[in-house]
Amino acid sequence: MKLDGKVGIVGYGCYVPMYRIKVEEIASVWGEDASRIKNGLLVEEKAIAGDDEDTATIAVEAARNAIKRASIAPEQIGAIYVGSESHPYVVKPTATIVGEALGVGNDYTAADLEFACKAGTAGIQMCLGLVKAGMIDYGLAIGADTAQGAPGDALEYTAASGGAAFVIGRKDVLAKVLATASFSSDTPDFWRRPFQHYPRHAARFTGAPAYFRHVGGAVNFLLEEMGMKANEFDHVVFHMPNGKFPLRMAKMLGIEKDKLENGFVVSKVGNTYSGSSLLGLCATLDKAKPGELILLASFGSGAGSDAFAIEVTELIEEKRELAPTFEYYLNRKVYVSYARYAKMRGKLKE
Amino acid sequence: MPHRSSVPLAWRRFEARYRLVGNRCANCGTVYFPPKAICPKCRRKGKLEKCQLKGEGKVYSYTIIHAAPSGFEKRVPYCIAIIELDEGPRVMGEVVGDLALLDIGARVRAVFRKIYEDGEDGIIHYGLKWELV
Repeated sequence: MKLDGKVGIVGYGCYVPMYRIKVEEIASVWGEDASRIKNGLLVEEKAIAGDDEDTATIAVEAARNAIKRASIAPEQIGAIYVGSESHPYVVKPTATIVGEALGVGNDYTAADLEFACKAGTAGIQMCLGLVKAGMIDYGLAIGADTAQGAPGDALEYTAASGGAAFVIGRKDVLAKVLATASFSSDTPDFWRRPFQHYPRHAARFTGAPAYFRHVGGAVNFLLEEMGMKANEFDHVVFHMPNGKFPLRMAKMLGIEKDKLENGFVVSKVGNTYSGSSLLGLCATLDKAKPGELILLASFGSGAGSDAFAIEVTELIEEKRELAPTFEYYLNRKVYVSYARYAKMRGKLKE
Repeated sequence: MPHRSSVPLAWRRFEARYRLVGNRCANCGTVYFPPKAICPKCRRKGKLEKCQLKGEGKVYSYTIIHAAPSGFEKRVPYCIAIIELDEGPRVMGEVVGDLALLDIGARVRAVFRKIYEDGEDGIIHYGLKWELV
C-alpha cells in the first residue's frame, strides 16, 4: 500500500492508567515461581485501569494528548476510529463518546474496530487512506484496551490497560508514513466468543504460525515495496504480547536488539493489546530525532499484522513538548495488591 | 437518586459533563459552571456566551465518603471535593489519583472517567473527575 510521502502523523498521545501490579504479587496467589515467569516473559509489572476507567476513558485521555500535539481544533477532525477488543458497549460505539468528549462536533465519520491487538493500526491505515484521497483533512485513530486474562491463566501476567492516539493528516506532519503493508490470514490462535468474559488461546500455537508468520510477513511485504532492508531502520517497534516475542522477531529479521529499546514498553506496562505497539511508537517518537526511520509492525490474533515505514520530521522537537510523554505516565504509578486488582477489574462476582 | 436512569437528561448534559463547557457574561465577565440561563448579576442586561473552561483548579474543600449511595459502594473510601476552577466557578466532583497529595489548595486537573453505570444493562455515565497533580 503505497503512500505519497506527504501524509503522516500530525499529533500523537498516549495514556497509561496509574495502577500497577507486580509479577511477584500475581505469582504469589497462584503458587508460581515469579523469577521464572519474569525471565520467560521479560515482564516485571503491568498497568491496570481503575474501576472508573475503561477503553473509552483511556481513548479520550490519549486523544486529548494527540490533539494538543497536533495543535488543531477538534472540529477539524473528519474521522474517528477506535480499535479495541474491550469496547465498553457491545452495541454503541466508543468512537462517538470520544468525539463528544473532544468536541469534534457532528461533521465526522466514526466506527469502532476490532481485530484483537491490531485494530488501532488498522484505524491508522483507514485514516491514511481517507487523508490521501483528500476526503478528510484530519483523521483520529486510537488503539486502547483494558485487557483481561482469566484468573490463573498465563495471560494474567501480561494483559494490561493503556492506549495511544494518532492524528493523521498532511499538514505539519511530525512523522511521514512512507508506506504500509499488511499480512492477514484465518489463523485461530486467540479468540473470545460472545458472552464470554475472558479470551482463550491456543498456547504455543500463538507463536510460529501466528505472531512470527504474520509480523514477519507484513515486514517483508513492506521491505519489498520500499526496496529496503530491515536493518536500515533506526528504531523498530513490534507488537509486544510479552518481551520474548518481539526480541525473537527482531533476531529472525536481522535487526539489532538495541533498535527496539525506546519502544520496548512491555516490561513495565505489560501487553496493552490494541495499545501495545502504538504505545511503543509513542515512546519511540518521544526520543526519535528528525530524519530517523521507524519500523512499526502490529499483530492481531486471528490473525494479521500491519507494518509501517515512518520518517520523523523536524517538527518532532517542538511538538513533543506539547503533551505528557510516555515516561510521564510510566513514572506516575501506585502499586496494588492482587485483592484490590481483582476488585478493580471486576474479577469478583457476587 | 432521582432521574438517574433518564437517558435524555444525561444526554442533554454531555457537553457540560464531558467537556466542562460553561458560560460567561459578556456584560460583567463572570464565568458560570454549570451554565446558567441568565446572569444573576446583570439580569436582563447580561449577555451569556458559551465558555470552554480549561479544567484546572484547586481543592477548596473536601470530604472522604465511607458510606456511599447505591452504585458507588465499591469506590469507598473516596474523596468528594469542591474544586475552585482557575476561571472562578466552584464545582463539586470526585478527586482521584494519589490521595496522599490531597490537601486544601492542592492543584487538580480534569480527567475523563466513568462516573457510574445504570445497572448491568443500562447506559454508562461518563464525566469529569479531578486528578491531583
